[in-house]
Amino acid sequence: MTNTFPGTTTRLLGAGLRALLVLTLVCGVIYPLAVTGAAQALLPGRANGSAVTSGGRTVGSELIGQGYDLPAGKGQGAPGPDLRWFQPRPSNGLAANSVNTRYDLLVSGATNRSGDNEELIRWVTEAKAAVVADNSVPGHRIRPQDVPPDAVTSSGSGLDPHISPAYAELQVHRVAQRNHLDAERVAGLVADHTEGRTLGFAGEPRVNVLKLNIALKELVDAG
Amino acid sequence: MSPLLAGLLQLLALVAALALAYRPLGDHMARVYTSTRHLRAERWIYRAIGADPSAEMRWPAYLRAVLALSLVGVLLLYALQRAQGALPGSLGFHSIDPDQAFNTAASFVTNTNWQSYAGEQAMGPLVQTGGLAVQNFVSAAVGMAVAIALVRGFARSRTGELGNFWTDLVRGTVRVLLPISVVGALVLVACGAIQNFAGVHAVGQFMGGAQQWSGGAVASQEAIKELGTNGGGYFNANSAHPFENPTPLSNLFEVFLILLIPTALTRTFGRMTGSVKQGYAILATMAAIWLGFTALMMWTEFAHRGPAFEIAGGAMEGKETRFGVAGSSIFAVATTLTSTGAVNSFHSSYTGFGGGITMLGMQLGEIAPGGVGSGLYGMLVMAVIAVFIAGLMVGRTPEYLGKKIGVRQIKLAACYLLVTPALVLGLTAAAMALPTPGDSMTNAGPHGFSEILYAYTSAANNNGSAFAGLAADTPWFNTTLGIAMLLGRFLPIVLVLALAGSLAEQRSVPATTGTLSTQKPLFSGVLVATILIVTGLTYFPALALGPLAEGLAS
Repeated sequence: MTNTFPGTTTRLLGAGLRALLVLTLVCGVIYPLAVTGAAQALLPGRANGSAVTSGGRTVGSELIGQGYDLPAGKGQGAPGPDLRWFQPRPSNGLAANSVNTRYDLLVSGATNRSGDNEELIRWVTEAKAAVVADNSVPGHRIRPQDVPPDAVTSSGSGLDPHISPAYAELQVHRVAQRNHLDAERVAGLVADHTEGRTLGFAGEPRVNVLKLNIALKELVDAG
Repeated sequence: MSPLLAGLLQLLALVAALALAYRPLGDHMARVYTSTRHLRAERWIYRAIGADPSAEMRWPAYLRAVLALSLVGVLLLYALQRAQGALPGSLGFHSIDPDQAFNTAASFVTNTNWQSYAGEQAMGPLVQTGGLAVQNFVSAAVGMAVAIALVRGFARSRTGELGNFWTDLVRGTVRVLLPISVVGALVLVACGAIQNFAGVHAVGQFMGGAQQWSGGAVASQEAIKELGTNGGGYFNANSAHPFENPTPLSNLFEVFLILLIPTALTRTFGRMTGSVKQGYAILATMAAIWLGFTALMMWTEFAHRGPAFEIAGGAMEGKETRFGVAGSSIFAVATTLTSTGAVNSFHSSYTGFGGGITMLGMQLGEIAPGGVGSGLYGMLVMAVIAVFIAGLMVGRTPEYLGKKIGVRQIKLAACYLLVTPALVLGLTAAAMALPTPGDSMTNAGPHGFSEILYAYTSAANNNGSAFAGLAADTPWFNTTLGIAMLLGRFLPIVLVLALAGSLAEQRSVPATTGTLSTQKPLFSGVLVATILIVTGLTYFPALALGPLAEGLAS
């Protein structure tokens, strides 16, 4: 850098500025607009968030998890789960956020707790006890070792739309009892909504909780 | 099918897809950087810049152009964030504080994409799309340009000329990054990534009430975020967010985009130096480390050692159901062995050893296969070191690709090796010694130390991922991490371009029977060993205090 003098440096910075402005036009304006145009023309549903409708109204996105809780009582803190519906994974990464309560999007995130973190150990232990207690119905006891890991851990985004087939099956008897339905029919519903691995090997088998609950609601409404 | 077998098949599918793209893309990039023809759009851009695209630059001129562009980039991005609240198109987002704006500007210009902010809370569409995403392209194109300059240093003889930076910058953007990004973005939209300008809006929920959705040009940013090994997510949850990475297929596709250019550049390197076999030797080194790390990661994550994971019955904390342990492990290794730093699962909640693997991956210098451009030049510097060590063993003057590795070359390569460890270990020590930085830790014990070691490792190596329990939006972390990112990016670039210049000036010496063959598996083995030993010796004490202590205790 010893052979520069003010004139060259200014010229160089000017070239850098012009290069950046041109590239901003190309990569920051034309590129996103072109992709948005193509996406909105070809795949408007996906480009706008894969919304799901039920009973004539939008009830969420098939990609974004949501809460299925009882109405919040006055000053009682976090509302409890509405056990009539299939429950999603815990979402402790969002709970502490000032802007947000669980599954209300806006800020996504994980707990970032390590395996030896006291708080995480307590959350997992309590979640496991709650899953066992909530899902044990007369004639159908849940043992702690039956509870799959996804039922007691928070996801990376805090917005995981899925649960494992094991966790869905575990909830069948409770859901059937609370909705006065035959457990066989509810189990059939879970089986219908279980997705295998994509192409047989990609990802993990899973159940979309929103779609499952919509189908459950239809079953309940049909009596 | 067991999850492990499914994971191995996903890995196999990735290898196959990368192998298919290797030759066409590598050859295409070689043509891009050697062609004498300019596209009409490119001529228009050169006129706007005021640069002569055919003028050759010696290394100081090339370096000055890199630094000028980057300095302007930092200033412009800083100004854009500081003014966000007053600009139209921000949709109500406020201006960013000075320390965080500096950190973010340094972060995106250096291809790091460390984020001390939460995207959906802090950055409006204007800054995201018109500022951050632009640097995703530009910083990637700069990395490729510097790598190509080093390759020219090996390929050319008796000239100090390394090509024209503006030409390399524009061609890399227009002919490589943009076309692949357009296709990639549309593939991601087809999977379910969003692409709109809806801003924040309310959408109905199943139980009544409404959920707040953040709209945005997500897919277009996601494509270049992976392809340019940038890693800065539109949302706080990055590629774990279903709107960024909706399905298992989009997950594999994103890993493919991350690895695509860094691997194919070894072909470009082989083409431009006249021997594709030299490229294969470098590629084999990268692949051996990548596959080894992925295997280790799957092993430790499936074994899920650690009190909370053992109670839960699996290491699913911070991981998405649709990706599972295998899909998350593959992503975590790919993102930390490149300079990407995007995450589809949260590394802080990996097992002790798993977190250590992500850290070690970055500490290798991100060369297997590494960031776009920076991976290749980092690996070629390691190759120079390996040739030197091998030369010492047999008592011959070391040569690589017909160039003598003399005192000047070794000095430059050795300084390159020292820059990032000095930054990482020095700043980690400073943060641990001071009273307040420790308050940012979420976890106690070895993991708390790991959060800080991870942060400086990630910043100085321009990765950008985090043990995100660390509350890094403090003046101390914003400032020191910003400095680590800038020095960790540009000091190595200075050294690489100086090395390229010194090589280009040399005459090519013909290979003799006594020359170490650098295209054989033996050399790849020597190179792997050199990389692991050099990094291991540098970082072992620090790793022992953090992830190794945590892993051995569980």
